[in-house]
Amino acid sequence: MLEDVVIAGIGQIQVGEHWETSLRSHAARAILAARSEVPSLQPDMLVIGNMLGSTISHQANLGALVADWANLSGVDAPTVEASGASGGAALRLGVMAVSSRQADVVVVLGVEKITDSVQTGQDRALTQMMDTDYEAMPGLTPSGQAGLVMNRYMAQYQVPAGAFAGFAVNAHANGAHNPNAMFRKPITRQRYDEAEVVAPPVNQMDVAPAADGAAAVILTRREWLPADYAMPVVRVAASNLVTDSLALHDRSDPMLFQAARLSSERAFRQAGISPAEVDLFELDDAYSIYAALQLEAAGFAAAGQGWLLAQDGSIIPRGRVPICTLGGSKARGNPIGAVGVYQAVEAVLQLRGKAGGSQVPEARVAMLQNWGGPASTVATHILMRE
Amino acid sequence: MEVPRYWRNRNQRYALVGEVCPHCEVKIFPPRDVCPACGQDAKTKFSFSGRGEVYSYTTISDAPAGYEENAPYTVALVKLEEGPVVTAQLTDLGQEPVSIGMPVEMVTRRIRQDGGKEGILVYGYKFRPVMAVAR
Amino acid sequence: MEDKPQSLVLKPKLPVGIIGYGAYIPRYRLPNTEVSRIWVGGARPGPVKEKSVPGLDEDVVTMSIEAARNALARAGICADELRAVWVGSESHPYSVKPTSTLVAEAIGAVPHIQAGDWEFACKAGTEAMVAAIAMIGAGMGRYALAIGMDTAQGRPGDDLEYTAAAGGAAYILGPAAEALAEIEGSYSFVTDTPDFWRRADERYPSHAQRFTGDPAYFEHVTSAAKTLMSGLGSQPADYRYCVFHQPNAKFPQRAAQLLGFTNEQNKTGLLSPEIGNTYAGAAIVGLSAILDEAKPGDRILVTSYGSGAGSDAFSLRVTDKITGRQEKATRTREYIARRTEIDYGTYIRYRRLFAE
Repeated sequence: MLEDVVIAGIGQIQVGEHWETSLRSHAARAILAARSEVPSLQPDMLVIGNMLGSTISHQANLGALVADWANLSGVDAPTVEASGASGGAALRLGVMAVSSRQADVVVVLGVEKITDSVQTGQDRALTQMMDTDYEAMPGLTPSGQAGLVMNRYMAQYQVPAGAFAGFAVNAHANGAHNPNAMFRKPITRQRYDEAEVVAPPVNQMDVAPAADGAAAVILTRREWLPADYAMPVVRVAASNLVTDSLALHDRSDPMLFQAARLSSERAFRQAGISPAEVDLFELDDAYSIYAALQLEAAGFAAAGQGWLLAQDGSIIPRGRVPICTLGGSKARGNPIGAVGVYQAVEAVLQLRGKAGGSQVPEARVAMLQNWGGPASTVATHILMRE
Repeated sequence: MEVPRYWRNRNQRYALVGEVCPHCEVKIFPPRDVCPACGQDAKTKFSFSGRGEVYSYTTISDAPAGYEENAPYTVALVKLEEGPVVTAQLTDLGQEPVSIGMPVEMVTRRIRQDGGKEGILVYGYKFRPVMAVAR
Repeated sequence: MEDKPQSLVLKPKLPVGIIGYGAYIPRYRLPNTEVSRIWVGGARPGPVKEKSVPGLDEDVVTMSIEAARNALARAGICADELRAVWVGSESHPYSVKPTSTLVAEAIGAVPHIQAGDWEFACKAGTEAMVAAIAMIGAGMGRYALAIGMDTAQGRPGDDLEYTAAAGGAAYILGPAAEALAEIEGSYSFVTDTPDFWRRADERYPSHAQRFTGDPAYFEHVTSAAKTLMSGLGSQPADYRYCVFHQPNAKFPQRAAQLLGFTNEQNKTGLLSPEIGNTYAGAAIVGLSAILDEAKPGDRILVTSYGSGAGSDAFSLRVTDKITGRQEKATRTREYIARRTEIDYGTYIRYRRLFAE
């Protein structure tokens, strides 16, 4: 069914605090960049992944706005919201549209603009990704939620303090090679150990900083690729989205992260591959604990052992399971609802062999997993270079 | 101010009133329209004892708007003795260190104010270390 | 009206008693030495050892809810059997919007109830108790809940800051046949005496210093207690316990002395040295500590005092139904023992006393 869907073009803006530019401007620039790779393809649909436009920018109806500002007026243009997984969900919808032939050329845009507001407004807006009545009401925050998960995880599996440092160190080492990353300097283990505690045991180096960002990919079916298309063809081999209870407390076992497990298994089945065949895994490291949990859910580590892969070099670009190869959300920055599309852009760069200093050797199969909350919504994609 | 929203949930929030499924007897909190265990309709009220234990906990220092006054505060996942897990603040901790498995009991406390000094006070469940009481 | 004591005693048509009682005292304590350290360089010992301070998430609503739950646990009745929920306090969190509806909703007493907030300085709670006795005694309902609870205000640096504390108690009144303590009678003595007040919209109360003593506290307390005893034909020696409003440690001890009570009778209910002045809660949280220890047959004389001014006196006789009820909820002494000492800075934060 997915045989035909390819990512023909990619575009992104640098992630960061862009005080001077607006959501519409970021969106238009990312789309323009992606379209410039395949100027002959005229999009007939725009799918937008975004979480906070309505609350932070007080801007709804993004489809009409962005289509206009990207000079695409007239196209079919829905917006998809699934908190941190909005980008992955938008990609999923774009793939469905192209593979079902409801559309031929689809721009999938992930965009988040958080600097229209200052800190407390941002924090308040982000709490919306949790259950407002039953998680945000008692004063929980997304970082607090990660703290609850990490505390329980460390107790349940007897994980030593500092066990997650390797995730931040790897992300920043890779981000140093990414011109579109928010942070482009490696960090030391000491920097991690000295980081301020945010929601114990989560510290500042376990948290991916929220930032502005916009990334776009052009999806089409292979038959629509221009005859002179010179880049390696990247095919979408798996695409799915799985939900769990929104609130952690509503799950029969809050440490199971069932949606991540199911989404990963479904992706491997769809692509007809085993975890061993994955060359890189662009996972969602909004918090380092979530990175460990995704490695476990995807089958790269047993339950309670995901953190070990950050200790033995497995997750670096030349390791067994390279993750966050262009910095992940930790170093690239965390443009909440755009993360899923950044993951796709970065994976395509890897598959094209254009990832520079953090290139994964001979990358052919990339897996992407995008989380909304603690695996409340999980979108997984597998991309393959032909 | 989200007055209707607080008002609507006052029973569950002031007193941990949830549901018991009339079909499969599962205890449900917060109340739902559909039983999460058997999928049938759930609407029979059930008052939880308020006793439980800490499943996990953390401390929030950077509190979101409306909660700054109480920061830093401890938030926990509390496993109620009837089964469900709830997210709630721990309060009246004194010098006692929190630990996973610590027995706690529900108290009704001020959660936040909405609308600043002129706004409404929101009350709801929190948990504290169990006081020594024979029951 | 003739002034014969017998005819002045308030006695309901149907005999009424206390079916359940419950206290609440928050866990934080500010020692008087801390207040003294800040304002007079430690030069004054202060009128009590320390005072109870509510946590950041506590107020008269939350404290009343806990005391009411304790009272219900001891009464062994369902909250929906109550026909009144009345809360007396001078620290209601809202000026307009009842504390009592929140308390009633939280304990499950709504909607078939009377509800209201009472204000009479430190006797608002006992005034509500008299009303509850009248309601039950008139047969208008089987059970009524009366609460006296405060998170008292004292201007930083003022004498009141040493004692203004937080706490109180809840009482469920019902038929004497089910009671753990029967109400033998009550009497109230009221005049217009402005010894202490807080104007509308003012944050802190003002007081008339030494005028609060003889013409105010002592005149009203002793008059109320004497008239009640005289009307009932009882003597101080008939009582195992007495308890008075306790704005400090001295006043209630002197009142006991003036009336002819011994320290032995007065000590069980005298909590102010350890928790300070809980205002509307003071006399009745003392009573709760007495009921925690009382035995069947014990008689108790309770006298509150509210500035402005007035005193409510009650004569109680403990019944054999007290057995087994005392341990059904947290005892007053257990709340006092649950103690976390705080410094003045923490106190200012907990009480939100930053200058505005």
